[in-house]
Amino acid sequence: MASENLTPTAYIQHHLQNLAYGKLPAGYERADGTIVSQDMWTLAHTSKEASDMGFWCLHLDTLGWGIVLGTIFSLFFWRTAKKATAGKPTGIQSFIELIVEFIDTTVKGTFHHANKMVAPMGLTIFVWVFLMNLMDLVPVDWLPIAAAKISGNDHLFFKVVPTTDPNATLGMAFTVFALMIFFSIQKKGAIGFLKELTLHPFHSGKIYIDIFLIPINFVLETIALVSKPVSLGLRLFGNMYAGEMIFILIAIMFGAGAILGIFAGALQWGWAVFHILVITIQAFVFMVLTTVYMAMAHDTHEDH
Amino acid sequence: MNINLTLIGQSITFLFFVLFCMKAVWPALLSVMQAREQKIAKGLENAEKADKDLELAKQEAGKKLTEAKSQAATLVEQANKRASQIVDEAKAQAQMEAERIKTAAQAEVDRQVSQAREELRGQVSALAIAGAEKILGASVDANVHNAMLDKLAAEL
Repeated sequence: MASENLTPTAYIQHHLQNLAYGKLPAGYERADGTIVSQDMWTLAHTSKEASDMGFWCLHLDTLGWGIVLGTIFSLFFWRTAKKATAGKPTGIQSFIELIVEFIDTTVKGTFHHANKMVAPMGLTIFVWVFLMNLMDLVPVDWLPIAAAKISGNDHLFFKVVPTTDPNATLGMAFTVFALMIFFSIQKKGAIGFLKELTLHPFHSGKIYIDIFLIPINFVLETIALVSKPVSLGLRLFGNMYAGEMIFILIAIMFGAGAILGIFAGALQWGWAVFHILVITIQAFVFMVLTTVYMAMAHDTHEDH
Repeated sequence: MNINLTLIGQSITFLFFVLFCMKAVWPALLSVMQAREQKIAKGLENAEKADKDLELAKQEAGKKLTEAKSQAATLVEQANKRASQIVDEAKAQAQMEAERIKTAAQAEVDRQVSQAREELRGQVSALAIAGAEKILGASVDANVHNAMLDKLAAEL
């Protein structure tokens, strides 16, 4: 456990709170009783403070780890791409090419249009999301304790798995959503996109009937459209959040005696092995669904 | 669990990494992989062509070999024929020569025989006369008995 005399509930809550940096309004009473004299940007000391910051709040751990892992991915692939030769590939190059080949085949299997962005986006999503998920396999207390020791603040919130933060997963999902709408309009024009929203799935071909069908279609199609990014983001978040929750619950057992501790060690190992599968599959699912949505955005529905 | 500015931050980060991958990573890697693919395809094609060439060369060599063999056989046959022909010719010539020599010898022998006979004939008449003279004790008139002597000589 992180520190002395923590109740399991407090331990779990501590682990589920991000390192929030945000704006506290003037007149706000902080957890230690001090009153904020004017609007200020600061680190949240409690979960309540973090939620009271409202929208103007950044999760430094989520963004930080996301950027660090994304940079690792980018530099690693970039260096390899720079040194890559068409001759006999070396170990790292073979490994990278294996991933690229895999993504390329998967994307080509679902996406049949000319777009230079979709395949690289698939690669970025797969590797980046995989790396972010992979942070889940680091024992839950290592990095938070290390961060607490380095910062000198024992109660520092520190969540190391960006994908257990809905902001991260929904952020990516809404970017995908924005690209979907962008490519839809680019491909079909604004009118075509609107037609897609209003003339499907019910279409009679007679104007006086269509007028009544358009609102129904619009509601149905809009729900279908909006549910795509939401389900995309929440699926990843839900899987990772649940996985991390179980790691945390197992970690609580370490504080409950030697026998339970050994049992917990075995459980943690087993769950980690199982989780290797989960994180890979979730990264893959996110990538495939993104590609499918991109393909849908490019489809002109001429076969209808 | 709060939705906040992090969402937008993550969106920007995401977009940045996607664009970086799209510009700097993906095209470079893919072009290298495609180049290798082409290289391999070309190599395989060349190997196949070389195989075919080898096969053709082998066939050609075999054909040349059989041709040479048959040519050699023809040559040997011709040589044999020619040799036997020469031998035959030589034989025929030798036979002819032998015949010629034989004929010449025969003619010589005949000539000598007849010459000897002529001589003998001449001497026989004289010998006969002498013998007869001895027997008769009287000279035989050669002129009288010429006809008989000639007959005797002719009988020899």
